[in-house]
Amino acid sequence: MPSFFVLMAIANQSCARSANDSTSTTKNDTTAKASLVKPDADNAGLKLPQGFGALKVTDGLGEARHLAVTPQGDIYVKLSSLKNGKGIYFLHDANGDGKIDTKTSFGSYTGTGMFIKNGYLYASSDKEVFRYKLDANNKVTNPDKPEKIVTGLLSRGEHEAKAITLDNDGNLYVNIGAYSNICQQKDRVKGSPGMKPCPILDSAGGIWQFNADKLNQTYGDDTHYATGLRNVVGLDWNTATNSLFVMQHGRDQLQDYTDLFSQKEAVELPAECLYELHKGSNCGWPYIYYDPIQHKKILCPEYGGDGKKTGGEDAQDPVYAFPAHMAPNGLLFYTGNMFPEKYKNGAFIAFHGSWNRSPQPQKGYFVAFLPFKDGKPSGEWEIFADNFAGEENVQPGTAKHRPCGLAQGPDGSLYVSDDSGGTIYRIIYTGK
Amino acid sequence: MKKIIISLLFITVLSIFLFAQTSKPSVENGKKLYEQYCLTCHQADGSGVPKMNPPLIKTSYVSGDKKKLIQWVLRGSVENVLIDGKTYSNNMPSQAYLKDEEIADILTYIRSSFGNKASAVTPTDVKNLRAVTKLD
Repeated sequence: MPSFFVLMAIANQSCARSANDSTSTTKNDTTAKASLVKPDADNAGLKLPQGFGALKVTDGLGEARHLAVTPQGDIYVKLSSLKNGKGIYFLHDANGDGKIDTKTSFGSYTGTGMFIKNGYLYASSDKEVFRYKLDANNKVTNPDKPEKIVTGLLSRGEHEAKAITLDNDGNLYVNIGAYSNICQQKDRVKGSPGMKPCPILDSAGGIWQFNADKLNQTYGDDTHYATGLRNVVGLDWNTATNSLFVMQHGRDQLQDYTDLFSQKEAVELPAECLYELHKGSNCGWPYIYYDPIQHKKILCPEYGGDGKKTGGEDAQDPVYAFPAHMAPNGLLFYTGNMFPEKYKNGAFIAFHGSWNRSPQPQKGYFVAFLPFKDGKPSGEWEIFADNFAGEENVQPGTAKHRPCGLAQGPDGSLYVSDDSGGTIYRIIYTGK
Repeated sequence: MKKIIISLLFITVLSIFLFAQTSKPSVENGKKLYEQYCLTCHQADGSGVPKMNPPLIKTSYVSGDKKKLIQWVLRGSVENVLIDGKTYSNNMPSQAYLKDEEIADILTYIRSSFGNKASAVTPTDVKNLRAVTKLD
């Protein structure tokens, strides 16, 4: 009996994104279930590397943003638009075939963040972070009475999503996106100069750290963890380096505000950057952008730049630079055992897909993979799962599916949420 | 005499035609201006970007009251906007720097493209509203 309780406690404390350390409780269960889980005949419409398959776990959820998978294989999904008056789905597969049999919902607020840690489900609205106590089976015990951990965060339209993650030391990290493209006096107005110092940076445009167990925190109770980040939706605690990694959404519309670049050049600027953060990190927004062709931090035209002048001497370089405007909405370091060795500790990135590459072809709408070794990228990125949009000339307004959140299942499956069609995908390795 | 009458008639018809051409908003010019000033956000087919930049297809604010639409273009937006039950978050810069004729051409193009079938917007419509619209 005591050992039963110990096992339950382990299950309860494990992080849903890396359920690796909790397989002891559910091993027999999940092994049995895994054998019943088969890819759909069309791999749920996705194009995948050899040996991988995918199934549509469920669909029709609406704007499915981030998600968390429990050690039992149940799924929590945060919605950015209410569905039947509710903002969080709980999805349960009763017969172990990988397909959802029952959907229930709770929480009457919209948002993006969804994460399980230490026996709690954390969820964010655009101004707050809540948490729900989980029982031994990782089911929410108080769907109508969450604890409010953080309140009063800025949300002024642009970049309103409060993406969250937690470390292993009881800290909660919250993105507070800048309510502006590039901190001009008049947002997105051609010729309007950039403000230096940028007044947004004191309360947005960075990552804030809070105590994961303390109620009703707001600005002042926090640690301003990292600054100079325009907007972050994909972030994850890397357990191999014991540090926070984030994917920034780079600035928009260099082609519209200046005449310095041709349209073709401008759509390739700036890079979508992966940063490793530490307390006090500064990534340089809004004064600079990272040019993936020159491999330099370039002064923004709104701050006197000409496409060549460098800047941001006090700002750190990215760990890796991806092509421009692909909108990274999900980041996950893979710690599972199901996928081949190459994927271990590497980063999966859900690229929601571009819009401001138009009228050039759009880019993104896929899940990418970046290999890591010893805590650093060890090769070039590649497309891992493609064809979410399901159309040739992809347009953001007509794309059938747009990948948004990523989560790892207890068996090592990779789950992907889609906030356009409301589909949840599960990608598995079959070796076939 | 008959020839002269025919020639005069021809000249009259031609000048009416030409006059109509110059005073009428130009869809062709509107398309060109749309590509220059509007396309990045609203996309080539007017389908917009979900939750960020509103679509211009089958939407009340494009095909509805043209006064509202003209004011929108003149003023831009600095906060979330709710259109047909959906919220859009990106700020739209004011386009007041465009000439009355240019705004009329763009809006006439938008209101008659992407499946829209709304009436034209004239430079006079824009001029009248510009006079009463408070710009920041």
